[in-house]
Amino acid sequence: MEKIFQKLSLSSASLVFVLLIGIFITLYTAAKPAIDEFGFDFVTNPDWNKEVSLNPTSLTDTVVDMEEDSLDGEIIDEDDMEIADEDDDAILDEDEDDMMLDDEDDAVTKTIYGGLVPIIGTLLTTLIALAFALPIAMGIAVFLAEIAPKNIANVVGIAIELLAAIPSIIFGMWGLYYFAPIISDLFGGYQVSLLTAGLVLGVMVLPFMAAITRDSMNTTPNVLKESAYALGATKFEVIKDIIFPFSKVGIIGSIILALGRALGETMAVAFLIGSIFVLPQKITDPTISIPVAMANNFGEASGLGESALFYLALILFIISFAIISIAKFYFLKKAN
Amino acid sequence: MRLLINKIFLSLSVLSALIGLAFLAWILITLFIKGLGSFHFGLFLNDLIDGGLRNLIIGQFILAGLASIIGIPLGMAAGIYIQEYGQGRYANIIRDLSDIMMSAPSIVIGAFVYAVVVVPTGGTSGFAGAIALAIMMIPVVINTTDNMLSLVPRELREAGIALGASKYKVIIDIVIKAAKVGIMTGILLAFARIIGETAPLLFTSETSNYFSLNLTESFPSLTVSIYDLANEPEEASRDLAWAASFILTVLVLIINLSGRFITRNKK
Repeated sequence: MEKIFQKLSLSSASLVFVLLIGIFITLYTAAKPAIDEFGFDFVTNPDWNKEVSLNPTSLTDTVVDMEEDSLDGEIIDEDDMEIADEDDDAILDEDEDDMMLDDEDDAVTKTIYGGLVPIIGTLLTTLIALAFALPIAMGIAVFLAEIAPKNIANVVGIAIELLAAIPSIIFGMWGLYYFAPIISDLFGGYQVSLLTAGLVLGVMVLPFMAAITRDSMNTTPNVLKESAYALGATKFEVIKDIIFPFSKVGIIGSIILALGRALGETMAVAFLIGSIFVLPQKITDPTISIPVAMANNFGEASGLGESALFYLALILFIISFAIISIAKFYFLKKAN
Repeated sequence: MRLLINKIFLSLSVLSALIGLAFLAWILITLFIKGLGSFHFGLFLNDLIDGGLRNLIIGQFILAGLASIIGIPLGMAAGIYIQEYGQGRYANIIRDLSDIMMSAPSIVIGAFVYAVVVVPTGGTSGFAGAIALAIMMIPVVINTTDNMLSLVPRELREAGIALGASKYKVIIDIVIKAAKVGIMTGILLAFARIIGETAPLLFTSETSNYFSLNLTESFPSLTVSIYDLANEPEEASRDLAWAASFILTVLVLIINLSGRFITRNKK
């Protein structure tokens, strides 16, 4: 009995290991066709689902432009065209499709996928979110740890944690219908944009960041603080010169952890980023992020398109794995 | 001057706390006004196909409940291993990996379950959704179990062993009992977290307009349907999405608060 119990708990623990390795291998295997096809150029290529016809005779690539934002555009037009071309000789008289009589008779077409737009979109929304959330989260943490009387700190602390408990899809809906209109009135541009998505994401990571920062600040020994106060330091000086240096490592850890969380957030961003595969020119332009690209296109994707989405998932997984590891094992371990 | 800087700094800090609270209030008030505006008890009696939410609410509970049935025992057992059996390196590695998994992007977990469950079984299913949620839940349960067991004093274990109890008896009858409240709280918080998840369900369980208890086909999910409804152009669909969001948030906050309440009372 003892043995069985021990074995059971050991295998459950090993399950974590197996799952992580399994996720990695599965993503890699599913992404393999796209990796083989596009290699590392995938990361720098801004075209998603673009039809490229390779003409074997002239060796020049003719790019047949497609509406980049409509993924279900597929290649129907192209098919029609080829059929029309084949039938040309027979029905040359009724030629309503003159303009298609290019030299593309034997054109081989392929669809290319590049991940640059969602990668940029992910990084920029995360950056905006952090820039917005960081000062406010620090302020909240200072308030909770140092300023507020105990009972107020408790109530506010619970309220902030409730903000963290609200499902992300709620942030998305609220952001789209109530927050984004105000932001776009203030800054101009579209209601769905990098900026609005980043700011709502910022509101989402705010409580998370504030809570860990507060916990780090609370580890400062009272003796240190009291000696500084005894020397006549103001609260600001104590925070700046005693608490902050003491808990610096932990605070940096909490910021990086919030970063990892923001990178992978799907639903709040899905409502607000606009979901088009176009590189943004301004901060108020719509674009797309990796999780949103997956959420919106996974259902319809197949073949190489699906594999490209897995490639994106793999990139996201590796980035967040790296970021979280750095935060947990370097900064937060050192902090304790 | 020093005092002035101090004042400015402290006011800024209070201001940030107010901003945080303002966001919470703004979201909750929006939900109450929009949600209550389209809320009526008929929502609990009809399925989505007839303009209600009954099938979705039940479906979401079944998905999260099944995920808990899978995730809680596995997570607890793993937590027990790390804290009670594991020695040295391996237990530490598992603990770290579980921490990392806790922050893994939920959409990636959805994609993983899609590849290993949905594709081989030929389609989206309630089982796939529950498995995705269980994977989200396991690391959270491991973390709580690990933390709560570590708070149980050594002497309790030693006393049990001194009385001649075997190790697993000590763990089950003494250590777990002593840490019960903390673990319960952690599990409730984990449940509150997964019942509001959308991303891992998008391509695993999907959603359904009809009432269903068949876990081998697309399964009704409240969160996924909110996403669908909110993106539809008709006003009526969006109103329904708001009502659903209201119900979901109230549920999540009640579960979350009751988790906190249990700990507070026991302390």
